[in-house]
Amino acid sequence: MTLSLLYAMAGAALCGIGLFGLLRLSHLLRRLLAFNIMGSGVFLIMVGLPQHQSGPDPVPQALVLTGIVVAIAATALAVVLIRRYYHQSGMTSLEGESGSREGGPL
Amino acid sequence: MTLWLMAGLLFTPLAWAVLTLLTDFVWGRRVTWVGILVQVFVSLGLWLTIAQNGGFYYDLGGWGAPLGIELRVDGLAVTFVLLTAAVASACGLHAGVYIDRHKPWHRYFWPLFWFLWSGLNAVWLGGDLFNLYVGLELISLSAVGLVALGGNANALRASVRYLLAALLGSLAYLLGVALIYGQFGTLSIAGVVAWLDNHSAPAGPGLALALMITGLALKTALFPLHRWLPPAHGIAKSPVSALLSALVVKASFYIAARLWLAFGESLGSLAAAQMVGLLGGAAVVWGSWLACKQAQLKQVVAYSSVAQIGYLFLLFPLTYSVSESISLQAQQGITLQVISHALAKAAMFLAAGNLILSVGSSRVDALAGVSRFLPFSLFSFGLAGVSLMSLPPSGGFAAKWLLLQASLGSGQWWWALVLLAGGLLSAAYLFRVYRASFAENPETDRFFHPSKSLEIIPMVLALMALGLEFVSEQVLSVMALPFAEEGAP
Repeated sequence: MTLSLLYAMAGAALCGIGLFGLLRLSHLLRRLLAFNIMGSGVFLIMVGLPQHQSGPDPVPQALVLTGIVVAIAATALAVVLIRRYYHQSGMTSLEGESGSREGGPL
Repeated sequence: MTLWLMAGLLFTPLAWAVLTLLTDFVWGRRVTWVGILVQVFVSLGLWLTIAQNGGFYYDLGGWGAPLGIELRVDGLAVTFVLLTAAVASACGLHAGVYIDRHKPWHRYFWPLFWFLWSGLNAVWLGGDLFNLYVGLELISLSAVGLVALGGNANALRASVRYLLAALLGSLAYLLGVALIYGQFGTLSIAGVVAWLDNHSAPAGPGLALALMITGLALKTALFPLHRWLPPAHGIAKSPVSALLSALVVKASFYIAARLWLAFGESLGSLAAAQMVGLLGGAAVVWGSWLACKQAQLKQVVAYSSVAQIGYLFLLFPLTYSVSESISLQAQQGITLQVISHALAKAAMFLAAGNLILSVGSSRVDALAGVSRFLPFSLFSFGLAGVSLMSLPPSGGFAAKWLLLQASLGSGQWWWALVLLAGGLLSAAYLFRVYRASFAENPETDRFFHPSKSLEIIPMVLALMALGLEFVSEQVLSVMALPFAEEGAP
């Protein structure tokens, strides 16, 4: 058990927490935060897992930097959409929708 | 020459996205016309070049892997680039007339449209796992923006739901990429295949493959992960729905298929392949059944997409541990299915948009009497339906015929049942639309007439879907083109 493997383990745990939040919570901002936690978990796994004899591997670090940029862009878009949705409908969750239930009459 | 074509292909969409960000709707439309012309020309040129000289690896800006971006330009990729050029230009031209230019936020359609196009090209040509992820995210974020363009609470709800599903799918894929890199120390698909050829397959990366395929299946809306798709595709504006159904879901499927064909034989298992096929079969039946029960016209077309996506996933069982020739037959069938569904579904959504514009209501039963007033759009809808029902002569028929042969040839006769049931059910939901439109309703005799250009575009796409049957040999022959392996890592 090396230090970087410990990072990967912590990343896996964060992924689990984030996944749980994303699936089980209903408040949209909380789900967005859960997405961010899950994303951080993935990044930790990404830098922690590749093990080298000669110090840290630079490639995953470059990947994670790009990944963080993508995650920020996605978060910004989600925040704008959620805010706008709240202004239009007064709701903070996706529940309570009629009309898109499957199979049922519309 | 090739250098200029590649530069044009990758640079134009990004440049046009930035350009149209600065303009209003009308100027954005004019600028986009020029851009569409360039893109069609460049895509066609690249396709012809590849058909003549074979495929190659292309290092973007001269920087090689792993830190640079390496593109794999092969016959299949350029075929999809060309398909994207055809469908996206049709949708772009249609949108220029269809979308109301008086609402100020509609001018953002153009930058989003161009970002979407650049993401699609990046995915078709991507050669390493991480750049495919970036391309996928570019596609998802612009697609979500396009859905939200409707502006009302329902459109926003559909787009938020779509965004959360897409982000979860991307993270699952990225987690798989992290595990693959941790195991193999490379991100290039060709590099991993080379490693697997020289070593015996370890146990761990099976999980990575499963994670990536699951994430991509969520983004492709494979049953039972399809629930985000009908609201998003149903509520978006018609040209946007056409883009989403025709191209966006195909991008994530394309990556899943590339991964499966590269790693499936060594990392996959028979149970996993059959399982994915079973979900695909369930999607065909369940999606078609729900399409029969929808009251809104565009929801019918959206659930039809769920069903047609199901066919694509038959690729997994039909290429796992079967003979080379059957695997090739299945791949060809799926390729034709992707192309014919893209053309037919784009035509169908655009025609449905015209019908809705004409009757002023999105319900199926409001179509009564439209057959006498808008026969041209209804005819396009019908021709696209012929391809979806996979009646001859159509690209859909050629695709199903190859899949039928592959499933019988590999002894997996149960997939033939799925193909037959899917055909019958799709006839059921499409004839329901026709029946409604041929009914007479004495109360409504006032119909709005959309402009001629709106009606011609879906017709062209529908005719292309039908004509695919006659050129399927040529289309499929590019898949077998020689590929120069120099420059492979």
